[in-house]
Amino acid sequence: MHAEEKFTDATWPASPETATLEGKNKFLGFWLFLGGETVLFASLFATYLALKDKVPDSSHKLAKDIFELPLTFVATMLLLTSSLTSVYAMYHMKNNHFQKMQAWLLITVLLGAAFLGLEVYEFNHYVHEFKHTFTSSAFGSAFYTLVGFHGAHVAVGLAWILTLMLRNAKRGLNLYNAPKFYVASLYWHFIDVVWVFIFTVVYLMGMVG
Amino acid sequence: MSTYAQKKGFGATVWDYLTTVDHKKIAILYLIAGGLFFVVGGLEAMFIRIQLAVPDNDFISAGLYNEILTMHGTTMIFLAAMPLVFAFMNAVLPLQIGARDVAFPFVNALGFWLFFFGGVFLNLSWFLGGAPDAGWTSYASLSLHSEGHNVDFYVLGLQISGIGTLIGGINFLATIINMRAPGMTYMRMPLFTWSSFVVSALILFAFPPLTVGLVLMMFDRMFGSNFFDATAGGNTIIWEHLFWIFGHPEVYILILPAFGIFSEIFATFSRKRLFGYSSMVFATVLIGFLGFMVWAHHMFTVGMGPIANAIFAVATMAIAVPTGIKIFNWMFTMWGGSIKFTTPMLYATAFIPSFVAGGVTGIMLAAAPADYQYHDSYFVVAHFHYVIVGGVVFGLLAGTHFYWPKMFGTMLNEKLGKISFWLFLIGFHLTFFIQHFLGLMGMPRRIFTYLPGQGFETGNLISTVGAFFMAVAVLILLINIIMTSIKNERVGNDPWEDGRTLEWAIPSPPPFYNFKQLPLVRGLDAYWVEKMEGKNGMTPAEPLGDIHMPNSSILPLVMSFGLFVAAFGAMYHVDDKSWAIPVLVIGLLITFGAMFIRSVKDDHGFHIHKEDLLDDDDKGAKA
Amino acid sequence: MANDQSNSANPNVNLKYRRKKNAEEMKHQVITFTLMIFFTLLAFLAVAYDGFSHWFIVPFILLLAAVQVAFQLYYFMHMKHRGHNTIALFMYSGALVGAITILTFITITWI
Repeated sequence: MHAEEKFTDATWPASPETATLEGKNKFLGFWLFLGGETVLFASLFATYLALKDKVPDSSHKLAKDIFELPLTFVATMLLLTSSLTSVYAMYHMKNNHFQKMQAWLLITVLLGAAFLGLEVYEFNHYVHEFKHTFTSSAFGSAFYTLVGFHGAHVAVGLAWILTLMLRNAKRGLNLYNAPKFYVASLYWHFIDVVWVFIFTVVYLMGMVG
Repeated sequence: MSTYAQKKGFGATVWDYLTTVDHKKIAILYLIAGGLFFVVGGLEAMFIRIQLAVPDNDFISAGLYNEILTMHGTTMIFLAAMPLVFAFMNAVLPLQIGARDVAFPFVNALGFWLFFFGGVFLNLSWFLGGAPDAGWTSYASLSLHSEGHNVDFYVLGLQISGIGTLIGGINFLATIINMRAPGMTYMRMPLFTWSSFVVSALILFAFPPLTVGLVLMMFDRMFGSNFFDATAGGNTIIWEHLFWIFGHPEVYILILPAFGIFSEIFATFSRKRLFGYSSMVFATVLIGFLGFMVWAHHMFTVGMGPIANAIFAVATMAIAVPTGIKIFNWMFTMWGGSIKFTTPMLYATAFIPSFVAGGVTGIMLAAAPADYQYHDSYFVVAHFHYVIVGGVVFGLLAGTHFYWPKMFGTMLNEKLGKISFWLFLIGFHLTFFIQHFLGLMGMPRRIFTYLPGQGFETGNLISTVGAFFMAVAVLILLINIIMTSIKNERVGNDPWEDGRTLEWAIPSPPPFYNFKQLPLVRGLDAYWVEKMEGKNGMTPAEPLGDIHMPNSSILPLVMSFGLFVAAFGAMYHVDDKSWAIPVLVIGLLITFGAMFIRSVKDDHGFHIHKEDLLDDDDKGAKA
Repeated sequence: MANDQSNSANPNVNLKYRRKKNAEEMKHQVITFTLMIFFTLLAFLAVAYDGFSHWFIVPFILLLAAVQVAFQLYYFMHMKHRGHNTIALFMYSGALVGAITILTFITITWI
């Protein structure tokens, strides 16, 4: 009803994501969820650090043997860029430019999908090239769990943003869906935050030894 | 509301509860489900006590004893105490802050159903090959070697119900931060609301480590990973840390709401403002903060080294300070008050010495060198039952009597209430006080029997007799509930006559929109402030207008059911059953399908119109 | 109040001004992004270059990561805007619990 009301550029609020009580709740609740996610990923990082390079015998590869700079660098660039594109999407949301927002979200999704494709290639490469698998060692279990959890978050984020885009393609922006777009973009940034630590702690520090 | 229910048939009422997103009905669901699991856990306790009543007993076998012991702890903590705490938070918290609903009614319902299906899954283990048998802590070095699916039930059941608790916590946090009535500043919030706030924050940060721990355990047991397997480079201590990083805050998650309930009761029945309100708030927050810094005191004998042990010992003892502040504040609240010893007040008064006894043994256990002696003995069993039963269960029983009229619109019988109080109090001390000495005499915990002639006979027999007292007390409470529900004498807004906070300013049970007009809060103990000025209700903060309410939905139940189905698939895929993976996939499809429907189907809720609200007024006057 | 986080409290403020403000903010976001890319490059170069000791590289890239995350949170996720106090409290609490967990796992798990 009220939330579905159509807006002109002038009546569109400056912060549409928190213009209604539902929006405010969603905004706050989602941030709280991210606080919990911080602890979740910290626990996974902690487990990874405790089990890094812990293998049954010397025939197993260690972190410094398997990680490569170029692959990680490309993946990082893809995900960092997708963060900026989702910022663009939110910029257009605040300006009530629905089509431009959808376009930037689409670019975000494509970049995220490319990242995910690269990750699948990477895992596949480790398994076949180095016999570094989920079950081969504690190191393997911890590595695939941490990076895989992040990958699963990316996949969920893609499905979420796509669903939002398709569902709202015809009706455009209103105060009912603006908070939804906003928290989806928060989620996407959070995925990037986690990745910054993954590429630093897992890959770069892994290569340093 | 009650008139609505009477008009409806049985089926419609059931459907109403299955789809409800009303916090008051969800509270009743939590109360029923939690109460049911409390009885199950209590029966398990009785089996334990019967087995240990005499030496060399063969009432139950050693293996079954392990299962009963594990399920007693797990059920009582996760499936009884937690949901009962959530029942009171749901029933009272939105009313206390003057809100029409919680921030996320849908998520609230989802939280309940996840807890419920997780609990059912866990208890189905009894019928499907045996219950978890590695203790409620389920240390990896033991649980990885448990044959069969026993521990799988623990891992998957707790995972499902844990997610429910986590989202419940987020919901309460957002509710308290965003939905307070005009004038309800943080420092005017009743103490139960404050403790619920701190507890929800603890849930938010404590449950993710449990989630991770359970995921790792699930991967190790069902999908071939090596997190805790030392032969493949794994480390079993990781489980212990993850479990206790969750587990220690968990005990504060349980006790703080009990503290909150007691604070309300002390102030109400001493007919005095709570002594030292701001120091109470400060102590609650401090306990919450310190609660995260002390988990390793459960692991003193693991061999973390003297530095770690010293740090955690000192941090643990520090918690005694804010707890002491609270104890003294409660006593000063009673001091000089005109005290009415109702059933809730009896529980509250008895709680102080009982809980202090548990606190004192807590300080003893916190001394790391001494802990090497107490570790894994009945002294520890006595300690944690003193804090959990003497604190949490007393609080829940007090809360049941205190808030019953607000939840159901009828009072529990005071005479029966007092009888069950005295039986419970005597039974509690009989059961657990002697266990301190059994522990000091060397009786280890978690053993299924002991030999005659070691001096354990008398103590154990006394303990078992005490357990029967508690069982009878609970039976009388159940009789009380049934009796008063049948009589169903309706009560007004403020049945205790001394209500201080907002919930007592509205009908019992409240209409489904809670407040016709949001109240204007003009001080701490908002309703009392108005009473003292001779008014018999709250001053409204808004004109009468349309009220926006959320729609009911069956989707929370469907989502939770999907995970319940998926859990069976995950568990039986270990046995190479061909149907296991399809079941896993179908379950996840149900859950994600329901989430998808939730996401694409708009849910704008509905409005109650001003005219209907005025009509309600007339009806109320006639009834 | 905690939940009032609009950057212009008055909704009637004229459209042109709001657009300009948004555009200005977007410019800041692009600058932030450029810096983040630059920091990422530095981190990768520090690892790729043979001459540095591991005692320099690890703290250096961790510092860069921390700065990047602060940029993400405060600029991309708007935590620098008004009304994010409660949120900041909870994010910092989560970070504290997480940091203690990590500290524990690299010190007292029998490693």
